[in-house]
Amino acid sequence: MDAWHITWFTIVSATAATALMLPPGVAIAWILARYRFPGRSIVETIVSLPLVLPPVATGLILLLLLSRRGIIGRFLESLGIDVVFTWKAVVIAMATMGMPLLVRTARAGFEQVDQRYEHVAATLGARPARIFFTISLPLAAPSVIAGAVLAFARALGEFGATIMIAGSIPGVTRTLAVAIYSYTETGRDSSAFVLLGISAAIAFGALWIANKLSERRPA
Amino acid sequence: MIALDFELIQGSFTLDIHVRLEGRAAAIFGPSGAGKTTILDAIAGLRTPRCGSIQTHDHVLYSSSDGINLPPRDRHVGYVPQDVALFPHMNVQRNLLYGRHPGTSPEPSRVTAMLEIDALLTRRVSQLSGGERQRVALGRALMSGPSLLLLDEPLAAVDVPLRRRILPYLERVRDELGVPIVYVSHDREEVQQLADEVILIDNGRVMASGEPAVVLG
Repeated sequence: MDAWHITWFTIVSATAATALMLPPGVAIAWILARYRFPGRSIVETIVSLPLVLPPVATGLILLLLLSRRGIIGRFLESLGIDVVFTWKAVVIAMATMGMPLLVRTARAGFEQVDQRYEHVAATLGARPARIFFTISLPLAAPSVIAGAVLAFARALGEFGATIMIAGSIPGVTRTLAVAIYSYTETGRDSSAFVLLGISAAIAFGALWIANKLSERRPA
Repeated sequence: MIALDFELIQGSFTLDIHVRLEGRAAAIFGPSGAGKTTILDAIAGLRTPRCGSIQTHDHVLYSSSDGINLPPRDRHVGYVPQDVALFPHMNVQRNLLYGRHPGTSPEPSRVTAMLEIDALLTRRVSQLSGGERQRVALGRALMSGPSLLLLDEPLAAVDVPLRRRILPYLERVRDELGVPIVYVSHDREEVQQLADEVILIDNGRVMASGEPAVVLG
């Protein structure tokens, strides 16, 4: 069934996008929360840019970078990897648009972790990596998970950047948001309404989970 | 022996410390804002002086002239901050074993017996009373096998009856494990009972040092 295929593809792509952005997103959040360095505000601005830039503009930037003539696209093509107008482009668009939500939420979580715990762990002989994985990350976990869920929810609804670099190819790159637009444009309103209901239900569930997790901040 | 000979600037506040501590338990005594905690932070490696040196009997922890500044993990200093900072997401046992180094750390059972915390091992940190938290934090610091113990106002957060109950544990640590203690206090009675040496700090400077009876009168 078309609706189920689209829903399944969207959820899998959003999950892959969340997994893709988690390691760099958490690392950036941690660095921004704990370190002062030259260029910090530039990093902060670049990370938050997709929040305020029109999504189609972000999509155009991605297209310029990832197309066969783009800096990254040329390199990927030499490895035999084609990104634009494939499912990979969908995942990258989703990850780019979800990243600011993950970084901002996780960063707030890391900032709430009392540095005394990290200091004591250091005096007990722990190296920075051990401190991060045994103290900072577990204490900031509710915020990191909440950020990941928010980013996942954002990825589910991604439209502008996706349409620019992945298009709307049925069975290949068509996500819920893109399909709703396509169905409405071609007069298939009832199909669009079914997808609207599915989107609303998933988004509601994801936001509800994120809010519950945000309430469970560490003491 | 601990030789402190450094200058540390923190905003508009300057800490200028030149003193040798020879005793088993040395108290840093002085009013709030005198710089007591900053001295402990400097010894632990959590704040870096502008210049000078910090040495224990067998280690140079910091020396600006030799370019030495050991990270906190290599200083072998057990630090119990004023709020004790027990890791809230771990139970008592995991807190105690966090800094344990097999070979150099004391036997866990010896520490838990000495501090009478054997019965608390499976408890969550949130289930501990003020006195229990102090003893667990002390145990966690001791379990890392430190060559020096730093205690920031270990008895400030507990009431007088509890203070009387915890003091003997500190005396045991001092006497049985032989780990030198440097601790911050602003309680005369407590200093006279536990310390064999006191340095009086005010406004970032050492005003006097020596035996408690002499310095505190």
